[in-house]
Amino acid sequence: MIWNREAECMQIGEREKLQLERLKATLKRAYENVSYYRKRFDEIKVKPADIKSFKDIVKLPFTTKTDLREGYPFGLFAVPRQEIVEVHTSSGTTGKPTVSGYTKKDIEIWGEVMARALTMVGTTKDDIIQNGYGYGLFTGGLGVHYGAQRIGATVIPISAGQTKRQLEIMYDFGSTVLTCTPSYALYLTEAAEEVGIDVKKLKLKAGCFGAEMWTDRMREEIEKRFHLIALNIYGLTEIIGPGVAQECEEKNGLHIFEDHFYPEVVSPDTLEPLPDGEKGELVITTLTREGTPMIRFRTRDVTALRREPCKCGRTLVRMDRITGRTDDRLKIRGVLIFPSQIEKALLEIKGVEPHYQIIVTRPQHLDELEVQVETSKKLFSDEVRHLEETRKKIEKHIENAIGLRVKVTLVEPKTLPRSEGKAKRVIDKRQL
Amino acid sequence: MDKLKQISIFSENKPGRLEKITKVLADEGVNILAINIASSNGFGVIKFIVDKCELAYQKLKQKGFTVSLNEVLAIEMVDKPGGLYEVARTLSQKKVNIENAYVFILESRKRAFLIVEVQDIEKAKKLLQYVKLKFYREAEFKKKGKK
Repeated sequence: MIWNREAECMQIGEREKLQLERLKATLKRAYENVSYYRKRFDEIKVKPADIKSFKDIVKLPFTTKTDLREGYPFGLFAVPRQEIVEVHTSSGTTGKPTVSGYTKKDIEIWGEVMARALTMVGTTKDDIIQNGYGYGLFTGGLGVHYGAQRIGATVIPISAGQTKRQLEIMYDFGSTVLTCTPSYALYLTEAAEEVGIDVKKLKLKAGCFGAEMWTDRMREEIEKRFHLIALNIYGLTEIIGPGVAQECEEKNGLHIFEDHFYPEVVSPDTLEPLPDGEKGELVITTLTREGTPMIRFRTRDVTALRREPCKCGRTLVRMDRITGRTDDRLKIRGVLIFPSQIEKALLEIKGVEPHYQIIVTRPQHLDELEVQVETSKKLFSDEVRHLEETRKKIEKHIENAIGLRVKVTLVEPKTLPRSEGKAKRVIDKRQL
Repeated sequence: MDKLKQISIFSENKPGRLEKITKVLADEGVNILAINIASSNGFGVIKFIVDKCELAYQKLKQKGFTVSLNEVLAIEMVDKPGGLYEVARTLSQKKVNIENAYVFILESRKRAFLIVEVQDIEKAKKLLQYVKLKFYREAEFKKKGKK
């Protein structure tokens, strides 16, 4: 199902024209109304008018989270504060949060792109959406909410947490679409057993999961346990929130709503643009945002762009599932690894559930990597010998995948912390 | 030869784990007849023979432990020199291999049982069908075990 056929299936040349027009307008607005952008443009002697085609975009400076913090709280607004009808912030775990300001039109566009995303997972006005993303300053809850309202579906604004209640409502109300983080979805499937809810009797048909990195193995697990189609959504507060890109039922990458968000992939080291299909850091320029336009915002998310036609009929460019963050790369004994590589290797072993934690220590000048894995029913054997074999097998498998020796520890089920939002997978105890 | 079930529980090897498990059993009024612990690399498997096996299994499962039930052989030994030898000899004659074994004593110093884990319980039971050993009998066991 396609929400906005005209925009999503637009002929590529035509869309490019529209994008360029919008880019030019955005640059002009940003330059004229935001002192931060004006300063950065002037420093490198670039005027908005110098950008005549998308080839010229490389002349523009990048914007980083640190840059945005300098303008905290309202310094990046491109309109008078009175025109901002809503604000959201990033979580601010690494410092002051970044503030995103929305005009009335921004909120409308957010509703539009979220309506596209939710329609892509199969939502219609007949559906009941259980929205398990947090409502509040976090964009997840309200983003889904606006999209659901646009479609005319029934939205249950339950927010994150209250697991038992989530499951009871899911059962009693007959929720058909679930929106939350993938790790929370998995947690819900687990908890259903304990609460005594028969997942087979649930009416769920689709899930729109995102806000954290996950893998195809996790997808299979959620789909199998909840009997639904689980699709990946992408977004970030600085750009708009969820609804920047959404995976269609082809499960072949996420369609970026590029009439509103212009993507580039650059090398995280040289910052040079990379050709399609090559992995690098995703950089986004907003094309329609009024409140806080973003110019070449470095997302830190690692992906690749693909332009081969998609069977679903949309002509929108696709991005791969996020496979890492350029800033949470772990450097272990000099080797760069992404936690997602460990997750992928881990989940390739039968019986391993996606409940794990990576602990980095440096006991004697040498980094040690420990992976704690919960011992599921499927993994358990009543013979210590077999368990030890399994443990060693996991160690070997991860070592083969990342090229580093790791220590795997089997821990008791449900002892690793479960998250209601983004799962914390890595604990770095090194005093660096 | 009645069925005797053994409960196996996964446990991390750290203080307080056995306490947590046995509390569940204590709270449910389950009596432990025999216990066996094996550990390796920071984890272990704790095995119990209890009087209310099914109840213990369900409660432990509900409390979130990774737990399994499997059938074992319980062979009576005479509590005197040569008691285990007799049993071992019979098993070896019948080519029944012992994967793991431990002992519990019923009625102090009178009767002892050797709990034997084997790879294929059905096969072992068949092989031991006509031997002269005394095996666990549920009725007798329950009464005397509980006093």
